[in-house]
Amino acid sequence: MTEQDKILEKVTNEEYKYGFVTEIEQDIIEKGLSEDVVRIISAKKEEPEWMLDFRLKAFRKWQEMKQPNWAYLKIPPIDYQSISYYAAPKKKPQLDSLDEVDPELIDTFNKLGIPLEEQKHLAGVAVDAVMDSVSVKTTFKETLAEKGIIFCSFSEAVKEFPDLVKKHLGKAVPYADNYFAALNSSVFSDGSFCYIPKGVRCPMELSTYFRINAANTGQFERTLIVADDDSYVSYLEGCTAPQRDENQLHAAVVEIIAMERAEVKYSTVQNWYPGDKNGKGGIYNFVTKRGICRGDHSKISWTQVETGSAVTWKYPSCVLLGDHSKGEFYSVALTNNHQQADTGSKMIHIGKNTRSIIVSKGISAGVSSNAYRGLVKVAKNADNARNFSQCDSLLLGDRCGAHTFPYIECANKSAILEHEATTSKISEDQIFYCNQRGIDTEDAVGMIVNGYAKEVLNKLPMEFAVEAQKLLAISLEGSVG
Amino acid sequence: MTNDLEDMLTIKNLHATVDGKEILKGINLEVKPGEIHAIMGPNGSGKSTLANVLAGHENFEVTEGEVTFLNENLLEQAAEDRARNGLFLSFQYPIEIPGVSMVNFMKTAVNEQRKHRGLEPLKASQFLKMMEEKKKVVEISSQLTNRSVNEGFSGGEKKRNEIFQMAMLEPKLAILDETDSGLDIDALRVVANGVNTLKSPENATIVVTHYQRLLEYIVPDYVHVLYNGRIVKSAGKELAYELEEKGYDWLKNEVEH
Ligand SMILES: Nc1ncnc2c1ncn2[C@@H]1O[C@H](COP(=O)(O)OP(=O)(O)OP(=O)(O)O)[C@@H](O)[C@H]1O
Ligand SMILES: [Mg+2]
Repeated sequence: MTEQDKILEKVTNEEYKYGFVTEIEQDIIEKGLSEDVVRIISAKKEEPEWMLDFRLKAFRKWQEMKQPNWAYLKIPPIDYQSISYYAAPKKKPQLDSLDEVDPELIDTFNKLGIPLEEQKHLAGVAVDAVMDSVSVKTTFKETLAEKGIIFCSFSEAVKEFPDLVKKHLGKAVPYADNYFAALNSSVFSDGSFCYIPKGVRCPMELSTYFRINAANTGQFERTLIVADDDSYVSYLEGCTAPQRDENQLHAAVVEIIAMERAEVKYSTVQNWYPGDKNGKGGIYNFVTKRGICRGDHSKISWTQVETGSAVTWKYPSCVLLGDHSKGEFYSVALTNNHQQADTGSKMIHIGKNTRSIIVSKGISAGVSSNAYRGLVKVAKNADNARNFSQCDSLLLGDRCGAHTFPYIECANKSAILEHEATTSKISEDQIFYCNQRGIDTEDAVGMIVNGYAKEVLNKLPMEFAVEAQKLLAISLEGSVG
Repeated sequence: MTNDLEDMLTIKNLHATVDGKEILKGINLEVKPGEIHAIMGPNGSGKSTLANVLAGHENFEVTEGEVTFLNENLLEQAAEDRARNGLFLSFQYPIEIPGVSMVNFMKTAVNEQRKHRGLEPLKASQFLKMMEEKKKVVEISSQLTNRSVNEGFSGGEKKRNEIFQMAMLEPKLAILDETDSGLDIDALRVVANGVNTLKSPENATIVVTHYQRLLEYIVPDYVHVLYNGRIVKSAGKELAYELEEKGYDWLKNEVEH
């Protein structure tokens, strides 16, 4: 074993610190997936007929589909019948008052650093906390309501704002879009809904915090964000899960609709349980995220820091429909040990004078595999489309892999598309240089990785940028190449 | 001038190999506080190897010998601890670290050293003030210190940046590995000035160089010739002139006969 490997071993030993389980009585339905199960879920949520129809159509479609295998991922067969599709904390939380939320739950979210008491919360961030299949608590609802902003759990939105939901649901991600989107559309449990009315700048960050707790269950949340003309919102998503030996399935859908001149910033810090050092356990993370820049001069920006999950399959995308609309994707994807990620973005230019930017920073350590996959598509009438893509890979050690799969489909000659790619390694000489100045190897790696990811981290709201920095350092402690 | 009671650096019969090949073949050297030692010698004789071994580079394996630094066994210490204890190496080829700002890098380095010595970390304002002061000593411009560590620096700028870092860290023992090479005459003066300003009866400097020119600015107490992994001659500063005049061939004859 070389010295380098030894350091690498040492540094990759950090434990996942969100791996605890909350002891709480659960309402879990039988394992397995069938039309009946879909009906049970819908019934439990007391859904209207149209919602059930949507689910059933999706389920029928899903049955005809096959799990995609084009990604650069090795995934053991998933038995969809051995998973339970609905789990909820038994004491059904009342959404209006924190007094009625189970203290266990409040405690759980406190441990995760997400206090549900508004006075304790980070100023300027409203949270929707989702555990397993249900939303536990949404903070600052009243404050937001004063501005006409709707921010609530998806289930609540279906009941309270059916017209809005019906109008936009499945518009960015149709139920038949792909295998996992169809699965999500059939069994989705909860998630967040957000509507920003015309001309309103949302005064605080909105965030959803997802927590998987129950064993042998999948989590299928669904988020819908609608930004009406001239509005602005910045949205954050965080996630963790207990440490378990068996893999758990997570298949989420996020849809964003941006109307005329609206701007939506969506940031994710994904830290699902990644599995242990030997690749045992961890979350299978199959996510479909797509935004439609429907209005002229609208803008959607995705920023993601992906450090968790055993498997990540995720391509946040923008459909640039409106003229002069703009799509952005900033990503840091870190894989360590046996983690695998196949992630990237799709930018679909349809309107005229549309612009997009893709900045992807992959960091691979251990024996992990990290692939960037991206598509830039310019439709025939999309005059003067511009894209700039930059895909960088940073390798720590020589047992990991980095791959880049950039695709371009261009049907309009006026388009200007640029692609840059680099691969670099943290060299022993760099580490020694830091050591010689009194900086130990772990700190040196953290510093170099954060420097490398800075361009993306800078796009995150401040508090979360700091969190993300720590997360990157922890996820890598000691992996030197 | 020297304090006999205190040991700065003592090297006894030091042997070191890289990839199984012996490079250092029994080095003996004693450096006392307040002293300046120059090490000269032909290309490939092992000067940088000696510097790297002292700094704790893991590519080199020490196969024999002892080194004490400030009365402690140096060879047992991790590279970062040697640095925190006050050993500084100005690299012959400074490394670029893209994305890591000089400010962040130096702040981490300074505070790690302080932590090691039981001191509170410097506040941002204190640190920036210190940085301003030291920048003046080595006449380094903010244009450089606002960039990533050595990234895109010219050869001379990198060397100047090494001396800047030395000024920030105030080492007990500084080893300057060919800090003069690639420097224009003004830069040379500035670097020498930096070294002389920081000089005190408590610290010591080892200057590795090929040129007597630097030694006009940094006047050594001793000059050693490293030849094929051994120190084959030690004398006062006049030896540097002799080497400049005669080259190393006459020494070669001396060693071989
Ligand atoms: N990592 C390494 N692998 C193999 N050989 C090495 C390595 N490092 C140094 N050497 C060899 O060790 C010998 C001494 O090298 P060193 O860099 O110490 O010389 P130097 O005296 O500093 O020379 P210069 O004056 O050119 O800087 C050389 O023959 C060099 O090729
Ligand atoms: Mg050398």
